[in-house]
Amino acid sequence: MSDLHTRSVAELSRLLAADETTSVALTEALLGRIGARDGELNSMITVTPERALAQAAAADAARARGDAGPLTGIPLIHKDIFCTDGVKTSCGSRMLDNFVSPYDATLVRRLDAAGMVMLGKSNMDEFAMGSSNETSWYGAVKNPWDVARVPGGSSGGSSAAVAAGFAPAATGTDTGGSIRQPAAFTNLVGVKPTYGRVSRYGMIAFASSLDQAGVLTRTAEDAALLLGVMAGFDEADSTSVDREVPDYAAGLGADLKGLRIGVPKEFFDDGLDSRVAACVEAALEVYRSLGATTVEVSLPYLKLSVPTYYVIAPAECSSNLSRFDGVRFGHRCENPHDLTDLYKRSRGEGFGAEVKRRIMTGTYVLSAGYYDAYYLKAQKTRQLIAADFARAFESCDLLMGPTTPTAAFKIGEKTDDPVTMYLNDIYVNGVNLAGLPGLSLPMGFVDGLPVGLHIIGNYFDEARMLNAAHRYQQETDWHTRTPEGFA
Amino acid sequence: MKLTTDEVADIAHLARLDIAAEDVPGYCSTLSSILDFVAQLERVNAEIEPMAHPEDIAQRLRADQITGLIDRDRFQQNAEAVDAGLYLVPQVIE
Repeated sequence: MSDLHTRSVAELSRLLAADETTSVALTEALLGRIGARDGELNSMITVTPERALAQAAAADAARARGDAGPLTGIPLIHKDIFCTDGVKTSCGSRMLDNFVSPYDATLVRRLDAAGMVMLGKSNMDEFAMGSSNETSWYGAVKNPWDVARVPGGSSGGSSAAVAAGFAPAATGTDTGGSIRQPAAFTNLVGVKPTYGRVSRYGMIAFASSLDQAGVLTRTAEDAALLLGVMAGFDEADSTSVDREVPDYAAGLGADLKGLRIGVPKEFFDDGLDSRVAACVEAALEVYRSLGATTVEVSLPYLKLSVPTYYVIAPAECSSNLSRFDGVRFGHRCENPHDLTDLYKRSRGEGFGAEVKRRIMTGTYVLSAGYYDAYYLKAQKTRQLIAADFARAFESCDLLMGPTTPTAAFKIGEKTDDPVTMYLNDIYVNGVNLAGLPGLSLPMGFVDGLPVGLHIIGNYFDEARMLNAAHRYQQETDWHTRTPEGFA
Repeated sequence: MKLTTDEVADIAHLARLDIAAEDVPGYCSTLSSILDFVAQLERVNAEIEPMAHPEDIAQRLRADQITGLIDRDRFQQNAEAVDAGLYLVPQVIE
């Protein structure tokens, strides 16, 4: 079968169940594709063929014993932020270029236990700090839809890899849009669950009150299948929420009649490309034809979400990244003459420019005399932003709008001006600040480049969000389109 | 707000980051523009509680009991300099 790389997780699962292919054949095909084509994209940091083929053989053996689930033998790629036992885990940084994790992240362990096959680890913005995947120590990742453009970030290796047909699914993390924005730029579904829904154990910390793990796939059905395995309580993560995980896949297909969709008017401000706005309106029309109603809502503090985010995220990152000191793991400078020199040069050499910028921003806003003016004020604004969402959800079940103001921008276009880069995340940051679940869904093209519909759910209402996305995909075929150069 | 080169050097020291002298002006400019950008928050009414957790959830506690052991030798394989189970750093006490 020559088109295995275009198939969804659910389709591959049916092919495997019907003995029309094997996990080993599928794994070999995808590894071959990565080897042949990733030189053009740079989406992978580490490829793990031996581990993959061993897992695939084990999956085929499990199936032969009659012991296979829906994900058994399905290949995936993990963002290189997730610790993988015995495999380099770099977080896109020179700091961790020499780091081999001695344990698996909970998410990795759960997907392994479900029988999934890890093909390797994807490239990413350094320590997940970026919206374009240009800050990686391993170089920029290119968008398969146009290799002169960014694939989004920080989960840009994951988005490029799935869009290019290297795997039907990849994991990602979303601290301020890092799953949804790359999904929008590459014609994928990207799901950021509710804060606390998926364990962060073994996921290298960036901003702990915002970080959440999720998944990038071609379809909402696939995201539902994976999220069902990834979600759930974990003793090892103190922010993990002990709450039952619904069967997301079983809930798909439910009627949308009576669904109330809130459309925040602030999403349609001057910064939005009118062609993206037209795609959103067309998507809302599809929902109305399925029996949903739309109502305008307002998120008055949304405009403060980016400045709020760029106080809180750097503050937490400056604290989290203090663990990289050149002593116990990570890069260490040559011939330190004292302990301060060891710290400063190891960190100065190990971190790239954007990470240093964020550590310094965070150090400044947390320093004596500035804490109240910046961090405390940002945590208060965060309360107002969350209250906006709570008020909006009084009159609707889901919120919808654009994921990004424009389609993917060019590599190098925004690298000189961090604030312009940060503003690309205007529609996505607020969801992390409020801790809500969000999703991006393929909804059309602008100048041949994909754009995403942003769906925001209420707390722990991933099932409704996924079903709405699934129903849309049953009515439209945007998600079935693949980039010409990687057909 | 415009940070001076001395202020940036001071922040870099607090963050234990070695920044090359030729890179300091660039950080002055980008950090200043970020601080100008986040200064919008000054206008926000301050009479509200700061957020502690996005959901109304208290910190979960656990019993102070050993639940698992790590393999020290394996963990120390990631360190540049160890000896007899100890991490080596430059001499701290004269």
